[in-house]
Amino acid sequence: MAVKSIIAENLVKHYRHGEVKALDGLSLEVEEGTVLSLLGPNGAGKTTTVRILSTLLQPDSGHATVAGIDALKEPAKVRSIIGLSGQYAAVDETLTGWDNLVMFGRLYHLSNAQAQARATELLAQFSLSDDARRPIKTFSGGMRRRLDLAASLIIKPRVLFLDEPTTGLDPRGRQEMWGVIENLVSEGVTLLLTTQYLEEADQLADCIAVVDHGRVIAEGTSDELKNRIGGERIEVIVAESDITRAAEVMKRISGTEVTIDKGVRRLAAAAPKGSQSLLELVRELDVEKIHPLDLALKRPSLDDVFLSLTGRPAEEDLPETDALATTGPKGRKAAKGGKK
Amino acid sequence: MISIKYSIIDAWVITKRQLMQLIRVPEVLVFSTIQPVMFVLLFRYVFGGLGAGIKGGYVQLLMPGIFVQTVAFTLAATAQGLAQDMEKGLIDRFRSLPIARSAVVIGRTLGDGLLNVVVLFVMGITGFIVGWRPSSSILHIGFGFLTLLLFGYSLSWIGIFMGLIARDARAVANITFLTIFPLTFLSNAFASTTTMPRALQYFAEWNPVSTMVAAARDLFGFHNTFGATAGSFPSQHPLPMSYIYMGLIMLVFIPLSVRRYTKKSR
Repeated sequence: MAVKSIIAENLVKHYRHGEVKALDGLSLEVEEGTVLSLLGPNGAGKTTTVRILSTLLQPDSGHATVAGIDALKEPAKVRSIIGLSGQYAAVDETLTGWDNLVMFGRLYHLSNAQAQARATELLAQFSLSDDARRPIKTFSGGMRRRLDLAASLIIKPRVLFLDEPTTGLDPRGRQEMWGVIENLVSEGVTLLLTTQYLEEADQLADCIAVVDHGRVIAEGTSDELKNRIGGERIEVIVAESDITRAAEVMKRISGTEVTIDKGVRRLAAAAPKGSQSLLELVRELDVEKIHPLDLALKRPSLDDVFLSLTGRPAEEDLPETDALATTGPKGRKAAKGGKK
Repeated sequence: MISIKYSIIDAWVITKRQLMQLIRVPEVLVFSTIQPVMFVLLFRYVFGGLGAGIKGGYVQLLMPGIFVQTVAFTLAATAQGLAQDMEKGLIDRFRSLPIARSAVVIGRTLGDGLLNVVVLFVMGITGFIVGWRPSSSILHIGFGFLTLLLFGYSLSWIGIFMGLIARDARAVANITFLTIFPLTFLSNAFASTTTMPRALQYFAEWNPVSTMVAAARDLFGFHNTFGATAGSFPSQHPLPMSYIYMGLIMLVFIPLSVRRYTKKSR
């Protein structure tokens, strides 16, 4: 049997003296050396879960075990084997990258020489060596996140928690971050990753737990989740004048209803025979002299998964509860205008 | 278990971080010194005339007052620094590390205390240039400065507590300013309490700022008669009274702050 590195059982957490339920019996398990992504919209309870597992927060009830250690009873032990990187770069911005890493190294009780050696190593690993002597203030968002991640890896943690590691990054920063995380995973760290980006979970995680209203509502690999809502679909974009005729053709091939988005002139329907259906459609459209502007065979996205599981799109924002989950009842960061 | 040795090392790493900040951003040091120096010069030359009849002039009375005012504002600096760290998520990171729970708060109070050493030094020099002449022994003067530093340090712990409970750094700045500013003026720091309304006189007399100012004046060799309602305990024994106040403040706020920091499970 595979070893479970992280176990959460029936976690319940209320904020603001019970008025807001952040976690409502959330349970999850992560096998050693694998990546679990907690996927859900703002306010679903992702950050609260991470805060409990990383010993920052006590749940009202439930159990949490990290690498076999009871996180609620022996938080100090857990702290010495985990790494945590939050939603915003939690480093001292007035200091340089080097200063920060050496400081955190010292706080992990490395000797001065060890801390410096580790800082040099990490800066190189995260391509920050050239900027090591600049204050963090002057760093780009992506660089800050990388440094923040580096700071959480000083002791080579066995279990790593990354809370929305790419929120707020531009596409390039996100790609870089993904590369870095993939490298870490290949070295065998157990990772719990939260994200609002379905793409990200798809890319990085072995297993995905969809979270909504403080509980896991679905769990499985990306493929398993996608299969839940049916197979592949064909999407076609045609000229406005061709929409009606194209829809008829698609209906014939698909055998099911065609959804038409007039605004973007996109038609979508199930592809019962996968790529074979696509080929048929191409031939038929050619016969009808309809020239598609775009043509694609699509597997359902995790967006579709979320919609089918919850009946609402994943992007739906719940800023109120999100502020609570990330910052506590005082809404510390919410007052400052949300996360950066 | 985290040993005592590591508790000390951890706190020192946090203190060192603040000292590093001063090196990386020297402006902070410059501004934290310029303001008290400016106050010394302004008060010395604007209110200098008030001291007619005082031996050595108003500046003998002023300097201890302004020293105390400056160290009292440590409360605000500590509270704001901590609140900023919380806002940036840095405190969460510290809390996720295997370090002593007391390290971050102790480290910060020590860092702010060390900054006061520099500030007091520069102020003392400025004071000397504009005519302040402590007339007591070198030992008394040293003890005077030590007491001032301890006074600032104890207030730092109130700052820790306020920083931990406050909503955000800006609110902290406002609240602490609104606390400290009146506290330092409703005292004997800049003017005799005899001209204040009766109720304020009582307040000023028991105000820890007043006892500290009176104690500092004594230690610097300028005997201070301390206000109107003479005969009260603080006016008779300013130095012991100052230490009692400091002890009380730390006795209450150190456990309160450490607990608040540890249990900040929000």
